[in-house]
Amino acid sequence: MTTAVTPSLSSPVASLSSRTVRAGLLVLLILAVGLAFVAKGYQLFQATMVVAYAIALVGLNMLTGYNGQISLGHGAFFALGAYVTGILMEHASVPYWATVPAAGVVCLLIGYLFGRPALKLEGLYLALATFALGVAMPQLLKYKHLEAWTGGVQGIVLMKPDAPWGLPLTQDQWVYLFSLAVAVVMFWIAHNLLQSGTGRAMRAIRDHAMAAEAMGVDNRHYKSMTFGVSAAFTGVGGALSAIAVQFVSPDSFTLFLSISLLVGIVVGGVGTLWGALYGALFIMFVPNLAEKVSKAAPWAVYGVVLILLMFAMPGGVVGLLRKLQAWWAGRQA
Amino acid sequence: MNELLHQTLSGLATGGIYASVALALVMIYQATHHINFAQGEMAMFSTFLAWMLLDAGLPYWGAFALTVVLSFVLAAAIEFAVIRPMHKAPELSVVVVFIGLLVIFHSLAGWLFGYTIKTFPSPFAANAWYGSQLMSAHEVGAIFVALVMVALLFSFFRFTPLGLAMRAAAQNANSSRLVGISVGRMLMLGWGLAGAIGAVAGMMVAPVVFLDPNMMTGVLLYAFAGALIGGIDNPVGAVLGGFIVGVLENLMGSYVVGTELKLSVALVLIVGVLIVRPSGLLGKKIVTRV
Repeated sequence: MTTAVTPSLSSPVASLSSRTVRAGLLVLLILAVGLAFVAKGYQLFQATMVVAYAIALVGLNMLTGYNGQISLGHGAFFALGAYVTGILMEHASVPYWATVPAAGVVCLLIGYLFGRPALKLEGLYLALATFALGVAMPQLLKYKHLEAWTGGVQGIVLMKPDAPWGLPLTQDQWVYLFSLAVAVVMFWIAHNLLQSGTGRAMRAIRDHAMAAEAMGVDNRHYKSMTFGVSAAFTGVGGALSAIAVQFVSPDSFTLFLSISLLVGIVVGGVGTLWGALYGALFIMFVPNLAEKVSKAAPWAVYGVVLILLMFAMPGGVVGLLRKLQAWWAGRQA
Repeated sequence: MNELLHQTLSGLATGGIYASVALALVMIYQATHHINFAQGEMAMFSTFLAWMLLDAGLPYWGAFALTVVLSFVLAAAIEFAVIRPMHKAPELSVVVVFIGLLVIFHSLAGWLFGYTIKTFPSPFAANAWYGSQLMSAHEVGAIFVALVMVALLFSFFRFTPLGLAMRAAAQNANSSRLVGISVGRMLMLGWGLAGAIGAVAGMMVAPVVFLDPNMMTGVLLYAFAGALIGGIDNPVGAVLGGFIVGVLENLMGSYVVGTELKLSVALVLIVGVLIVRPSGLLGKKIVTRV
C-alpha cells in the first residue's frame, strides 16, 4: 500500500466561474448561520461537532490527500488539541477563545517534531508509525505521572462559555457560531495555502517526489511542515470539540477516532477541500443512522454502507460530483 | 535468571501467534500490495466458527480442519465479491473497504455469538510431556503449529507448480497471464490461504486470551509491526519479526514499563528500528530506476 492518490486534475474552483462559487459560498454561510436559530439543543451540538470534524479533516486531507503521507493516527492530534484546551481552561484559567489558537500552535510544534523523523518512513511504514502514535496517545493521557495535568482516566470537565457582549444567544448557539467563525477562518487559510506555491510544492511531492526535488522543492522542509500544519488544523478541530462536549477524557480519543478521520477524508474526497465537509457529515451522522437501522449490529450496517459507498464512488462525494459535472458539461456541448 | 528465561519463552509463544498473523498479512501483501486490516477480525470470526462447531459436539481436530476449510472459502469469497471489484479504485479507497470489513466482522461476531468472554479449549493436554515449568504445553504446541505452518507454506511455494504459479502472478501479473496463469484465481487462492492461516492463529491464541470479539485487535497490530520489522515482502522475515515483537512486548511489560505502557513502548521501539532500517530486517531494499 503506497499512498498514491488519484491526482485532482481540476479543482472545482477552476471549472466554475469564481462568481458562482462566491455566491454559493455566501448562501452556504447564510444557511449555516441560520441553522443556529432553527436547530435546538442536541442538534446544535451535532452541528458544532460537524464543524469541528470538518476542520480536523481539512488538516488530515492536507497531509494525506495533498501531500501523499498517510496517517492512521490523527486522532492523537485531535486529542492533543482537546487536552490543550482542557488543561489551559482548568489549570491556567485561560479564556476558551484563546485556547483554540494555543491548541493549534502546540499541535503545529508536536506535529512538526513528529514529522521530522517520520520523513524516513513512507507508505506502510508511515502508516505504522502514525498508528503507533494513535495507540500511544490515550495511554499517555492516562499515564499516572501526567495525572496532575490530564486528570487521568477521569479526564477534565469544562464550563460551557456564555455569549459575550450581552448578545441574546444561548450557550449552544454561541458555541456553534464561534466554531463556525473559526471554521471559516481555517477553510480560508487552507484554501489560500493550497492555492499558493506551497500548495503546489505539496502536490508535486505527492505526485513525484524525485521530480519535485529536481525542480528545487525542498522535500524535507515541505513534508515536515505539512505534517505540522496538518496537525495544527486537527488540533484546532479537537479544541472546538472539547468546548462543545465540555469534557475531555482519554477514552474519547481511541484509535477508532483516527480511523474515522481517515474514513472521513476518503468518503468526502481525497485531496479536495470541500470533501472535508461531506466527510464530517458522514462520521457524525452515519453511525447514528446505522443504529436506527439495526440495534443489534449497527457497525455491520456501517461497514456495509462504507463498502457500498466505495463501490459507488471510489473518489468520494467530491469525486462523484465532479464526474456528474463533467457529464453535464458533456451533454451541454 | 529463571524468571527472565520464563518471560522470554512465553514471549516466544505469543510471538508464534503474531508470526502466524504476520504471515497471513504477507500472503495478501505479496499478491496485491494491500495490507488487509480486517485480517485479525476475520481470524476472530473463524475462531468463533470453531467454537460453534465444538459446541455442536465435533471432536477438536475435526472442528479444527472444518474451520480451516470454511475460513479458506470465506476469505476467497470475500476476495471475489468485495476486493476484486475495487481493483481499479485508489489505494485509500481500498483501505477504507478493509476498514468496512473489519467493523462488519467485529459487529457480526458480537451479534451472532455475544460479547461475553468464552473459554476455548487447547488441543494440547496440560500435563503433556513437552510441557514444563518454563513453558506450558499449549505454548510449546502453539510454537510448533506456527513452525509447521511456515514449513508447509515454504514447501508449497517452493516445490509445487501451483505455488510457482502464485509467485509468478504476484511478481508480474501481465507476463503470467501470457503464459496461461489465471491471475484472478491466484489472488483468490492467496486470500483463501491467508484466511486459513488466520484461522489457525485464532484457534491458537483463543485458549490464552479467551474468546471474545476484541480478541484479535491487538494481535493484528503486533502482527503488522512484526511483518514490517521483518520485511513485509519476505515470509521468513515476517515470522522472525513476529517472534521478535512477541519477546520484546513481554520483556518490556515485565521489566521496563509495566503493562499499561508496554504497547506504546514496543511500538516506539519498532518505529525506531524502522527509521534506522527502513525496509525491515530481511526486506529487500527497493531501488527505483528513474
